[in-house]
Amino acid sequence: MSSKFTDHLGRPLVAVTGMGVVTSLGRGLKDNWERLTAGVSGIHGISRFPTELLSTRIAGTVDFIPSDPNPVARSYAFAEATIEEALEMAGLSGDFDAPLFLAAPPVEPEWSMRFNLGDRAPPPKEDNDVYVRFLAAMREQADPAFHEAVMFGSISERIADRFGTRGLPVTLSTACASGATAIQLGVEAIRQGRTDKAMTVATDGSVTAEALVRFSLLSALSTQNDPPEKASKPFSKDRDGFVIAEGAATLILESLEAAHARGAKVYGIIRGCGEKADHFHRTRSSPDGGPAIATIRAALEDAGLGIDSLDYINAHGTSTPENDKMEYSALKAVFGDELMPSIPLSSNKSMIGHALTAAGAVEAVFSLQTMLTGVLPPTINYINPDPTIDLDVVPNTARNASVSSVLSSSFGFGGQNACLVMTREPS
Amino acid sequence: MTKSDNDVVVTGIGLVTSFGVGQAPHVAMLTGSATPAVNVDSEICAPYPVHPLPEIDWKDQIPKRGDQRQMENWQRLGVYAAGLALDDAGVKGNEDICSTMDMIVAAGGGERDIAVDTMIINEGLERSDREILLNEKLTTELRPTLFLAQLANLVAGNISIVQKVTGSSRTFMGEEAAGISAVATAYARILAGQSTHTLVGGAFVAERRDILLMLEAVHALSRGARAPLWDRAAEDDGGMVMGSAGAFLVLESRAYAETRGAHIYATISGVEGDRGKRDEGRLEKRLGRLFADAGFEGGEGDVVFSGATGLTALTKREADFVKQAFPDTPLRGYTGITGHAMEANFPSVLRLARWRSTTRHRSLSSMTVKDR
Repeated sequence: MSSKFTDHLGRPLVAVTGMGVVTSLGRGLKDNWERLTAGVSGIHGISRFPTELLSTRIAGTVDFIPSDPNPVARSYAFAEATIEEALEMAGLSGDFDAPLFLAAPPVEPEWSMRFNLGDRAPPPKEDNDVYVRFLAAMREQADPAFHEAVMFGSISERIADRFGTRGLPVTLSTACASGATAIQLGVEAIRQGRTDKAMTVATDGSVTAEALVRFSLLSALSTQNDPPEKASKPFSKDRDGFVIAEGAATLILESLEAAHARGAKVYGIIRGCGEKADHFHRTRSSPDGGPAIATIRAALEDAGLGIDSLDYINAHGTSTPENDKMEYSALKAVFGDELMPSIPLSSNKSMIGHALTAAGAVEAVFSLQTMLTGVLPPTINYINPDPTIDLDVVPNTARNASVSSVLSSSFGFGGQNACLVMTREPS
Repeated sequence: MTKSDNDVVVTGIGLVTSFGVGQAPHVAMLTGSATPAVNVDSEICAPYPVHPLPEIDWKDQIPKRGDQRQMENWQRLGVYAAGLALDDAGVKGNEDICSTMDMIVAAGGGERDIAVDTMIINEGLERSDREILLNEKLTTELRPTLFLAQLANLVAGNISIVQKVTGSSRTFMGEEAAGISAVATAYARILAGQSTHTLVGGAFVAERRDILLMLEAVHALSRGARAPLWDRAAEDDGGMVMGSAGAFLVLESRAYAETRGAHIYATISGVEGDRGKRDEGRLEKRLGRLFADAGFEGGEGDVVFSGATGLTALTKREADFVKQAFPDTPLRGYTGITGHAMEANFPSVLRLARWRSTTRHRSLSSMTVKDR
């Protein structure tokens, strides 16, 4: 029942016809890929705000794309850069005229905005009255910039206006799996026949002092501040947490048939998506890896691929003690003791840190690029391997390999798990 | 309407508004002959009237105190309303059904720690090194668990933990639009056979000044005495009156619901949403298209339930459009009596519309437009 343009279940194959990416390594696919495959780290000391008294003083912030200094403006600016790149790659111009699926960070007002509001608000009168005073100040004088900087829908509104997407944009958050979920929503919309194409974007420019402190309080971040580029060491014995980062990625998805009809170049196929929620704990995964296992299996099943047909894994690999251990045991459960050590796997986060909301989409772009170029990016800082994790992590230097299928995994707080299977265009 | 296996049917309803918890108070409000007694609190967030949470015994749906403590009211309300919907559908505690049930939650942001924020601002008034002050206070005063109580996707996360819904978990953000997209996506997935059963909804707590601040930043809120929805003064008054609501639905394919012998409340025949410029009649044109795409014709027995924000000029334009397009169809502005519930606004109307239609017919067309 499958034709040239449909999959094993007769559904439309979904092609990627454009990609754009921004990480702490740079702007654009070319620069990113050069640095990523050269094993360069984008992690650095934080200069955006003072880090005195903070236990973590490093991050993969993106400081080279100008924007107003708040998470909404930054996240939009990163997204815009990747959309422009992806549309150009796809050869599309004018109104996009198809749905937008955006993974965006849940934002809060910048503290500078609260301080400014406090300065023009009446003085303290009673305990815990700061929002009473803020509201009095707002009644006195409205502040549309504040409004835009705190609405969760602001980024998608701006994208919709600038690029002419169609309908109500979807803004979503599935924590660290958000980027993968945005792509999954785009794939589903095309399979539903609702649209021939979709714009899937994931962006995160939300590194602030408060965000850093919150993750620190959960003991999630690496405190190995010196040197910054050595802190993120997925699957190593001395890993102690992830390095928070920023970035964005856009994938233009089209039904393979529509892409062919307009003569578009196809960069890869989003072959399958899997997801499964975890009810074990708010921040920790089930110790048996059950939901992660189910997610990987669901993605393979959706793609119609067996465990022996996967050439490479783009790991979630956060460098937290718990994730890397859980991820390894889940992979081992799915692929088996014999097969698992023979499938190369690497973690981009060793170089770009964990771009949270954007990570899943950034890593999908790098997964596709792996197939296109035949180069596996390395897992850097792999000096002291964790002896309990028996994986080929493509240690420290890139490797040439012919890859025609990739699994990309994302696991997040709140029991979020999502996996994507990508393949080359069928010949 | 011909029935088909992939029809999207409603089999469970969980609703909390200022009128109360569950079906009884809402059915009474909708079907009673008297004008509903509106529950509005003018004091708690003065000068802004809000429709507050009703009395809720959280343990009815969140039995473990440890779970309750991990959340603030916004997340509790979502988990509670989700539990009501699962109960109503007769699937709560059914591991086979809940562990394969998909979930889409429309969520905003969680509570701030008002005491910590006040302390930082007050001390900041006396300090020039505010960024250092911030590091000082945030590292010592923030409760680790507060972060999780604030995260948008932790409503869904807590529903997984407490109600064991784990087929999938997606959180949509973006104010009113999130609620519309959540239902539209759940609907489209079931219709296409991508999901057999989905829990969808959202929660919003109105009596929070930190949330009101976001809206008052553009002078969107109504001040002083609450006025009827269609008649809010434009002078120095934005027109929005916020209302607490938790609203969840269990949606299923007809085949899945019939196989398990579920009671089917209603069929959803269309969900549409859109956005864009409103000048030069664009709003009216868009509304017309959405009604048509959702398959609503304004026939006998139909009702239009409007979730208009209350924003004075826009609300009037919406009402004018509906009256002109469907002159024989009653128009009910439910946000006038429940308040505006942001992410939970659209999910709420679906539940109300369903109960309203018990005396009418079983088909439910729903549409809305992002209205702000």
